[in-house]
Amino acid sequence: MSRLTALLAPTALIAALLGIWEIACRVMQVPVYFLAPPSAIGAALVADAPSLIAAAGYTVSNALIALVVASVLAQGLALVVVLSRTLERAVQPITVVLQVTPVIAIAPLVNIWAGTDHPGRAIIALAVIVAFFPIYSGAVTGLKSADPDLMRLFDLYGATPMQRLLRLRAPSAVPFVLEGHKVAAGLAIVGAVVAEFVAGSGKVQGLAWRILDAGYRLQTARMFAALFVLGVMGAVLYTLLQAAERAGLKWWRGR
Amino acid sequence: MIAALTDVEVDYPRGRALGPFSLSIDAGEIVALVGPSGCGKSTALRLLAGLEGPTRGAVARAPGRGETAVVFQAPTLAPWLTARANAALPLELAGTPKAAAAAQADKALARVGLAGVEAARPAQLSGGMAMRVSLARALVTEPKLLLLDEPFAALDEITRRALADDVLKLWADIRPAIIFVTHNVEEAVYMASRVVVMSAGPGRMVGDIAVKGPLPRPAHFRTTEGFRATAEAVSEALAQGMSGGMAA
Repeated sequence: MSRLTALLAPTALIAALLGIWEIACRVMQVPVYFLAPPSAIGAALVADAPSLIAAAGYTVSNALIALVVASVLAQGLALVVVLSRTLERAVQPITVVLQVTPVIAIAPLVNIWAGTDHPGRAIIALAVIVAFFPIYSGAVTGLKSADPDLMRLFDLYGATPMQRLLRLRAPSAVPFVLEGHKVAAGLAIVGAVVAEFVAGSGKVQGLAWRILDAGYRLQTARMFAALFVLGVMGAVLYTLLQAAERAGLKWWRGR
Repeated sequence: MIAALTDVEVDYPRGRALGPFSLSIDAGEIVALVGPSGCGKSTALRLLAGLEGPTRGAVARAPGRGETAVVFQAPTLAPWLTARANAALPLELAGTPKAAAAAQADKALARVGLAGVEAARPAQLSGGMAMRVSLARALVTEPKLLLLDEPFAALDEITRRALADDVLKLWADIRPAIIFVTHNVEEAVYMASRVVVMSAGPGRMVGDIAVKGPLPRPAHFRTTEGFRATAEAVSEALAQGMSGGMAA
């Protein structure tokens, strides 16, 4: 019963809002280039489905490549950094500045470096930049999160620094690293889409370009259709990662 | 003599934590350290474990790897390892081959009554069982000195009592010297052959009381006259140490 309600309530709300939207568009005779009614958006969604799916695939694959690259870089740096406090101090301001600078502000520069012939490189680079920090900070926090009494136990039994890292600190970091990847995946999509916007050319066949292209032509329904796919894609990715995190924790904790 | 503290003092940035304090433990002895919170009894234990050094004074202990074992207040198990792997950890850190370490870990687990749960993870065990795994891990190296830092404080009364009896049975098998910290007078008198009472921080010895009676304890030991009288003596020393600490 409560599960049904949990499912029904948001569906009903969305249906009601769409209904109001549709009726308002018709009654007030809103020009279709200004605000397309849901029925037109639905039609655009169906008509554009193949190209939208291809575009979503392009954006997602860039984001996922970026996620893998960011994962390797961030965890590698975290491992090096926890071995030396000095190094951690040295790296910290750079990582913080990188994190707090809006990715859209860096995008034009990265676009220039990647060159107009390779907008894909810029997209991946920018997505890496935004996906890097949550994994890095999760890994650093996790590597330092080992139970202090377990640390003492390792001291007592004369563990070497390598044993301490591999048998205690790295496994202790797993939950933090999983969480970091979940956040990073969402940010990688944001980074990829922002970069596509800045690249803003037909060479980039992602969802952002679909939105821009339809916008240039005042085809609001197609803009909404692309937005809808972007939203669904984000939600699906988030759900998958949530499930992956849960499975990972279950494996780690055995329950 | 298996371990000793001689006139040790420990100073922390916030002030004196312990001492001057002296304590000598013979092989096979069970000593309870009793004192109010903050008297430095856990600090004394860390000195004996070699996890910390004294500011002044001398610490003598068996220096070999695995000759001293510690059980903390919490089970302190690695959640990603099975009970077997947790118990085998001290051996593996010392370079014992994996198979041999696992076999010894299984033996240690069986000894604490955990045969059959070798493959379980800590999250799947009850608090008492997790504590037993912790005990098995401490015993796996067959230590000469076993240090217990309020090992049963987080457990319910029934589990506590069962574990106290189990620890005494284990002691009877391998006869390590045991030093355990507690602020429970009854537990101290029940488990120890000697109760050392400490004053309020910085802790000094205010009483060293022998407990008569066989170890492991016979049934209904808690109701005997000797038990009552010793517990009374310990409580008195504790009260004196408290007021002495306040005055100082």
